[in-house]
Amino acid sequence: MTTQDARGLVLPRYRRDDVDAHPPLLSPGYKSTVARAPRHPLIYLPQRLTEVTGPLLGEGRLGALDHDLTRQHDGEPQGQRIIVHGRVRDGDGRPVPRTLVEIWQANAAGRYRDARDTWPAPLDPHFEGVGRALTDDQGRYQFITVQPGAYPWRNHDNAWRPAHIHFSLFGRAFTQRLVTQMYFPGDPLFFQDPIFNSVRDPKARERMIARYDHATTAPEWALAYEFDIVLRGRESTPFEDEDDDE
Amino acid sequence: MSEQLGVMPAQTVGPYLHIGLRWPDGPYVVPEGTPGAFWIRGRIVDGTGTPVVDAMVESWQADPDGRFDHPDDPRGARQPALAGFRGFGRSETDGQGWYRLLTVKPGSLPEPDGGTEAPHLALSVFGRGLLHRLVTRLYFPDEQAANAADPVLGSVDADRRGTLLASPASDGFRFDIHLQGDHETVFFAV
Repeated sequence: MTTQDARGLVLPRYRRDDVDAHPPLLSPGYKSTVARAPRHPLIYLPQRLTEVTGPLLGEGRLGALDHDLTRQHDGEPQGQRIIVHGRVRDGDGRPVPRTLVEIWQANAAGRYRDARDTWPAPLDPHFEGVGRALTDDQGRYQFITVQPGAYPWRNHDNAWRPAHIHFSLFGRAFTQRLVTQMYFPGDPLFFQDPIFNSVRDPKARERMIARYDHATTAPEWALAYEFDIVLRGRESTPFEDEDDDE
Repeated sequence: MSEQLGVMPAQTVGPYLHIGLRWPDGPYVVPEGTPGAFWIRGRIVDGTGTPVVDAMVESWQADPDGRFDHPDDPRGARQPALAGFRGFGRSETDGQGWYRLLTVKPGSLPEPDGGTEAPHLALSVFGRGLLHRLVTRLYFPDEQAANAADPVLGSVDADRRGTLLASPASDGFRFDIHLQGDHETVFFAV
């Protein structure tokens, strides 16, 4: 690689998230953060080729029924069927097309199909709790699943996780990679959950709560929730300013 | 200028990440048998020295020519010459806190100002107790001249730089990740 190849490279640049967008890594109410959150401040990394590109994983990763968690086994899973859908956009409102969305969740009784989950709620032989979908050209995705149950954990006295679905998204660049959780409106367990409440900005917390969407319900079959996801947007200022920020 | 939308906050992958994020081919950035392929293995430990058994590492890297098959590589997206090269790897930790990735060494990368970045992997670390992913970089110990000129390594205090260097191992390299403690790995804000 010669230096001549490098001159004049113009890279897109992604906006830095504002400090309250994400939870602080050290959130002592969530006990597991205490020994795991780094103690040194994060070091600012100017975005270079590695950071502005990212894996573009497509159809090859999807099976025909990966988006429908109610039809992955011979029998029907227990619980209330729900349709979960939404749009993935960046902070400028642009759709994020053809990006892989992965979800995983507990069954209707609040139990995960994982050997580590040992609380005595029933396992459902017809529910795996794992889904995958690709956004379309407008950034839209859809899953069919069942309403997950709440479950206890040992973080504090009588601790319960509000019902939630885990979401994992790649976006279009390494900088946009995001793992989050979708919550349900009106959950009475929010007040005591340090993971939900680790996000300090109340408006940012609200974004993690799906909207009940009656228009998308399927009569005599499924309720529906809309969950729009916004990934980081791009800077409009030119790359040449990057070094000035250091 | 249009109004900016608020980003979705990150949340932990929780203790059951294995059910949703395990891919059988996850650790294979390149297929087994690829010429020049080697293993990167490492252990993730917390501030008490305990292995983190419910974590996951993802890697992203250039191909051996220093290119990305991606529209935002300003030199143009280009399919790698190496058959089966994915650029991306994913490995959950096992019962002793080990992750593993089979890959090849990426090429050097040009910088907009004419400099060069040493071969490196970008790593994301997810886990129970991590409310947001952690980002770090892995550099190679046999690239001393390139490492010495690398702008990212150069921006890190000399006494912590070593946490970004893999060490030689019998079948490739070892790269441990210390979330906390005396040897805390350098993590970046991207």
